[in-house]
Amino acid sequence: MTTNTRAASFTTGSDQKPTIHFPAEHAHRSSGLPAVPNAIIECKDVNVYYNAFRAVTGVDLAFGAKEITALIGPSGCGKSTLLRSLNRMNDLIDGARVEGSVTFQGEDIYHKEVDAIEVRRRIGMVFQKPNPFPKSIYDNIAYGPRVIGMKASNMDDLVEEALTRAALWTEVKDKLKQSAFGLSGGQQQRLCIARTIAVKPDVILMDEPCSSLDPIATSRIEDLMYELREDYTIIIVTHNMQQAARVADRTAFFTALASEETGDRTGLLVEYDLTKKIFESPADQRTEDYISGRFG
Amino acid sequence: MTFLTTGLGAHIRSASIRGKVRGGENSARSVLFLIALWLCLFVAFGVLLTLIITTLIDGSSRLDSRLVTEYPASAPERAGLRPAILGSIWVIGVTAVMTIPLGVAAAVHLEEFADRKKWFNRAIELNVQNLAAVPSIVYGLLALGFLALLGVQNKNIVIGGALALGLLVLPVIIISTREALRAVPLEIRQGSLALGATPLQTVWRQTLPASVPGIATGAILGLSRALGEAAPLLVLGALVFVSFDPNGLLSGYTTMPIQIFNWTSRPQAEFHELASAGSILLLLILLAMNGLAIFIRNRYQQRW
Amino acid sequence: MSTLTPVGGPALMPGRPAVSLRSTRPRHCETLVRLLLRLAAILTIIITVGILIALLVPSIEFFRTVPIFDFLFGDRWAPRFADASFGVLPLITATAWTSGIALLVAIPLGLGAAVFLSEYAKPGLRKVLKPVLEILAGIPTVVFGLFALQFVQATVFREWFELDTGAFSVLAAGLVMGVMIVPTIASISEDAMSAVPLSMRQGSAALGANRMQTTVRVVFPAALSGIIAAIVLGVSRAVGETMIVAIAAGGQARIVTGPLEQGQTMTGFIANAALGDSRVGSLEYDTLFAVGLLLFLVTLLFNFISIRFVRRFREIY
Repeated sequence: MTTNTRAASFTTGSDQKPTIHFPAEHAHRSSGLPAVPNAIIECKDVNVYYNAFRAVTGVDLAFGAKEITALIGPSGCGKSTLLRSLNRMNDLIDGARVEGSVTFQGEDIYHKEVDAIEVRRRIGMVFQKPNPFPKSIYDNIAYGPRVIGMKASNMDDLVEEALTRAALWTEVKDKLKQSAFGLSGGQQQRLCIARTIAVKPDVILMDEPCSSLDPIATSRIEDLMYELREDYTIIIVTHNMQQAARVADRTAFFTALASEETGDRTGLLVEYDLTKKIFESPADQRTEDYISGRFG
Repeated sequence: MTFLTTGLGAHIRSASIRGKVRGGENSARSVLFLIALWLCLFVAFGVLLTLIITTLIDGSSRLDSRLVTEYPASAPERAGLRPAILGSIWVIGVTAVMTIPLGVAAAVHLEEFADRKKWFNRAIELNVQNLAAVPSIVYGLLALGFLALLGVQNKNIVIGGALALGLLVLPVIIISTREALRAVPLEIRQGSLALGATPLQTVWRQTLPASVPGIATGAILGLSRALGEAAPLLVLGALVFVSFDPNGLLSGYTTMPIQIFNWTSRPQAEFHELASAGSILLLLILLAMNGLAIFIRNRYQQRW
Repeated sequence: MSTLTPVGGPALMPGRPAVSLRSTRPRHCETLVRLLLRLAAILTIIITVGILIALLVPSIEFFRTVPIFDFLFGDRWAPRFADASFGVLPLITATAWTSGIALLVAIPLGLGAAVFLSEYAKPGLRKVLKPVLEILAGIPTVVFGLFALQFVQATVFREWFELDTGAFSVLAAGLVMGVMIVPTIASISEDAMSAVPLSMRQGSAALGANRMQTTVRVVFPAALSGIIAAIVLGVSRAVGETMIVAIAAGGQARIVTGPLEQGQTMTGFIANAALGDSRVGSLEYDTLFAVGLLLFLVTLLFNFISIRFVRRFREIY
C-alpha cells in the first residue's frame, strides 16, 4: 500500500475529542496480525489523554510473556506515554486519563478497586536517565524489598542475587556501602535494573534506557536484556531502530498525526508484528519509510 | 552632497562620534551611577561596622565570666546574664520541640500531598506567606489571648514564651522545609513509586531524608531569629526582675534580649555597658548558630 | 482496525495462579498519617483565625466604651490616666515618622545594593557581600535599638552635631530602622532583577546602551513588580517593628511634628504597656488589643499587596 499517509488529519469537534479522519484507502488496516501466545498485558482500544489533548489514540496491542517487545517510532508518538500507562505511572501526572482497557494477566489495571501500588510492584520501570537513590548501592537494592514488605531472611543474599542478575555484582561487590552516585552512567542504569528486579516483578518496562549511555554501556545493557528475558517480560521504548532489531522479539511501530489547527501530535499504532517481519517485509508503507530512513 | 554631511546624515554621524564619549561605559553619568551604588553599600556596611565597633567598645569592660555567672541585680557591678542565658536555652528548646515537627508535617502535606489546584490549598499557602510577615508583637498578643482563654493567670512562663515564639517561627520553618522538599528531584520520587512504594513511604524514606540538611538549615535560622526576639515576650509580661534559674515549663524566666532591653531602659551608664556586653554575647551566639547552619548546608547538602 | 486473537482469561501463565491486583493490605496507617499531616497544614489557618479572634474580641469590648471615631481621630492618647483619652493619632504620627524616615533610608540603600549585586558585582565580590547582608539581617532589633539610643542619639546627634533633641528621637529610631530593613528590600529586589532574562540585557547592550542605561531603562522596569513587592514588604516591617522604636523613639504619646522629637509608636505602646498580669477584661487590657488590631490590619494590607506583586513577577518569568 502506498497511500500518502500525511494526508491523514484530524480536527477537534465541539465535544473536545479530536476525531481522526483517515483517507479512504486507509480505512482498512492490514490484517494478519499474528496471534500472540501467552499475552501477559493486553491493550484494547487504549486512548491516553492529558486533559483535552489526546496523546495516544486507539491502540490494540498484546505483549507476550517472557518476550522482549519494542515500541519504536519518531519522537512525539506517544510511545513513552503508552508505556507509562502500563504501570499507572501516568496517574502521577495531573490531568492524565486512560480510556480503553489495559489488562495484566486478564485483570483490568485501571479498575477502581485495583491498587496502583500493587500494579507497580508487578510491573516495574527503568527510566531514561538513571535515577539511583542518594543512598549506598546496597540500600538502593534493598529499598524495594523493604518497602513492599518482602520477607527476606537474608537481605544480603537478595542484594547479591539482584546485582548478579543485572551483571553488576563483580564490579560493585567490594563497595556496596558506597554511594550509588559514584558509579558510571552505565553502571547506574544496571543498578536501576537490579533494583527493579529485586522486587521480583513480572514485567519490566524500559523507557529508552540506553539513550543517555555510551555505545559500550548500551551493548552491555542489551546483553543484559537478552538474559533477563528468560524470567521477565520486557517492554522497551527505543529511538534506536537497530536496538529494536537486535533485541526485540516483536516490534510495534508508532507514528504521529499532527492536528492542523493546534499542531499537537497524537500517537498512533501503525504496525505490530514479529521484529523480523517488521524490518524485512513491513506491511505498511509508513513503517517501511521509517525503517529505511526516509523519515524519522 | 553626500548623505553623511547633510541633514539627518550629519546628525547621525556626529551623534555616533559624540556617542563614544557621552554614552560609553565611562561616561560621566555612568561613573556617577556606579559611585552612587558603591556609596549605598558603603553606608549600609559602614553602619553595620559602626554598630559592631561601638557595641564592642562600650561593652568590652563587662565581658568577663561575671556576665555569664551572675544574676541581675540592682547594682550593676554585681549583675550578670545567667538566668537570661538559661532562659533563652529553655524557651528556644521548647519552641524547637513544638515547632519543628509541626512545621515539617505541614510542609510535607502542602508540598507532597495537597492537590495544588484546589482553592483551599492555595489559600493555605497564601496564608502561610502572610503569617511570615506579621509583626512579631502580634504573636505576643495572640499568645496572651490564648493563655487568658485557658485561664492562665501568670502568663510569664516558659511555655507561654515558647508559644509566642513558636507561632512566630512556624511559618518560617514551613516555608524553608517546602523549599528543601522541592529541591529533591522528581526522578527520585518516580524511582521509588515505580518500585511499588506508597507515596507516604516515598516521602518518609526518600524525599524527607534527602531534605534533612535543608530543613536543618531552615530550622536553625528560624530559631536564631526567635532567639533575638523580645517584643512578643514583653507582651506576656516578661519584663520582670528575674534572679533565679528557670526550672520547668511553668517557671518564670527571662531571655537575653529581654534582659538587654531591661538594662537599656535604665538610666545609669553602667547598665548600658552591661547591655552592650550582653549584645556582644548574643551576637556571638547568633553568629555561631548561623555558622552552623551554613556549615550544614555546605557539608551535607546534596548536589543533584 | 484489525483484531487481536483473544488470549484467554486469568491464569495465563502456565502453572501460575493469577494474583489479584486488589489491595492486599488496607493501608490504614498511611491514611492516618496523611490525615495528621493535613491537620498540621490546617493548623496554619487556625492560627490566622486565632489571631483575628484574639484581636477582635477584646477590641469589640473596647469599642463599646470608646467610640471608633474618637479612637481613630482623637489626638490625645492617655489610656491610663484618670481622665483617660483614647485618640490613637499620636501613635499613628510617631509610627508614620519613624517608618517614613526608615523608608527614606532603606529604599535607596536597599535598591542600590540590589542593583550593585545583581548587575555589577563580580561573582567573587557577590560571595562576600551577600553573607554580609545576611549578617545585617540577623542582628537582633534590641541591639539595633541600643545602638540607636546610645550611639546615634546620644553621641552623634547630641555630642557631635549638638542638635536640639532630648534623650529620644524619631530620627534616630527611623535611621537605624532603615538600615535594619535594607536586607529585606535588597534581597527581594535582587531576586527580581536576577530573574530578568539575560537576553534582555544582551539585547540592550547590542543596541549600544551602557550598563547604567540597561539597568535603569531595561532591567529596572522589567523587575518593577518584584521591586514594588520588596518596598511594600519593607513598609510592613517598618510599621511592625517594635524594639528599636520602643528603645529609641521614646515613651511619650504625643503628636510628632518634627524628626528630632520623641514619640510613642503603636508597637511601642503595646510593648511598654507590658501588662501580662493585667486584669483580663479591663479597659487597659482591651486597649492593647485595639491598637494591635489596627496594627495587624495595616500590615495585613501591605503584606497582601506585596504578595500580589511577588506573584506577578514570578509569573512573568
